[in-house]
Amino acid sequence: MSDAPITESELQAYADGRLEPKRRMAVEAWLAAHPEEAERIADYRKIAKELRSIYDPVISESLPPRFLRKRVHWKRYALVAGWTVVGFLIGAAAGWELNESRPALAPAADMGAAMARRAAIAHATYSPEVRHPVEVGADQEAHLMAWLSKRLGAPLRAPQLEEVGYSLVGGRLLPGDTSPVAHFMYQTQKGARITLYVRTDVAGNRETAFRYAEEGKVRVFYWVDRRMGYALSSGDIGKDELLKVANTVYQQLNP
Amino acid sequence: MNEAQRLVDLIPRLRRYARALVGDRATADDLVQDTLERAWAKLHLYRRGTDLRAWLFTVMHNVHVNRVRAARPTDLIDDEMPELAQRAAQGDALLVRDLDRSIARLPAEQRAVLLLVTLEEMSYEEVAHTLDVPIGTVMSRLSRAREKLRTMMLGQSAAAAKQLKLVK
Repeated sequence: MSDAPITESELQAYADGRLEPKRRMAVEAWLAAHPEEAERIADYRKIAKELRSIYDPVISESLPPRFLRKRVHWKRYALVAGWTVVGFLIGAAAGWELNESRPALAPAADMGAAMARRAAIAHATYSPEVRHPVEVGADQEAHLMAWLSKRLGAPLRAPQLEEVGYSLVGGRLLPGDTSPVAHFMYQTQKGARITLYVRTDVAGNRETAFRYAEEGKVRVFYWVDRRMGYALSSGDIGKDELLKVANTVYQQLNP
Repeated sequence: MNEAQRLVDLIPRLRRYARALVGDRATADDLVQDTLERAWAKLHLYRRGTDLRAWLFTVMHNVHVNRVRAARPTDLIDDEMPELAQRAAQGDALLVRDLDRSIARLPAEQRAVLLLVTLEEMSYEEVAHTLDVPIGTVMSRLSRAREKLRTMMLGQSAAAAKQLKLVK
């Protein structure tokens, strides 16, 4: 076998360091007898090394935020929700499929107040829970984030709020008006709870100011950042402290 | 780990490949962006247990081909294009700048094979799978890409040597 003639493919594989030892030795012996070919293969290796030295640094460049804030595609939700929810979604998906146009998204203008209200309701519903405050606990954070990212169609991160005294309890998936919503719960050592409501289907918007709403006893700071909508709710802490946490959340999400 | 997270983890590698494939940073990042949008939309079509990296790079390949087609009708290689070796840089810097420019002058399909083998270190089988071509095609494109690059580099070295003589 090692006496078989050397093929060009084997020379390429040799340049890539991918030959098994027996053939590698055969190629080396052959190259020793063919110095011009040996030079050619050495040049290939030099080119490969240069290529890596030029482009490998790209790997460690920080990613532009736009890569991580994905537009939500209707089609996915139509597939997920179409069977159980409304035929209208299927219509939207079909339209999207046909013209590949930008999907219709919730208009930002009237969306903020509605989002704050939904977030407050979710907060009021789940934060008093003792046994089932979340669907997936912080002990399975990686699974939680992967699951919610998949269902929302965008890579999500749960902010780390230890520095302001809150640790992650966990999260759950909630229905939203056009697509699923992620809901994270945090609490202090004394048991004060806040929840972060995250939706990914907001129409393009540059407004990133915090807005404030009160729904009953629940205080909510909410904001829109590109296609993401956030609402931070609490019934346990005052407006000022909640704003402080909201600032931390915002900074964590926009490093 | 779930595929959404694995997909996110692959973004830096997609980006490296895109940078080498199209050259300038802005265009490369746009390509990554388009690829990610398509990948998120199509993720439900990805079959669990198969190679997610190959799948994702296939998505990028298809997006790239479509973008190139839309942008200009030809992705031409002009072997007769004169070399304008006017830079004052010497040594390694010269080689690096020449190499990324030379890469851009390779035919697109040869460039893709060379980059997937060299940067991604994909096996030849994986490259064949990613680009949806027979493995024999992968090997011949790889061989031609390398020889073309080498010829360009040798030509540039000769041109540079000539220039140095002129300066003297």
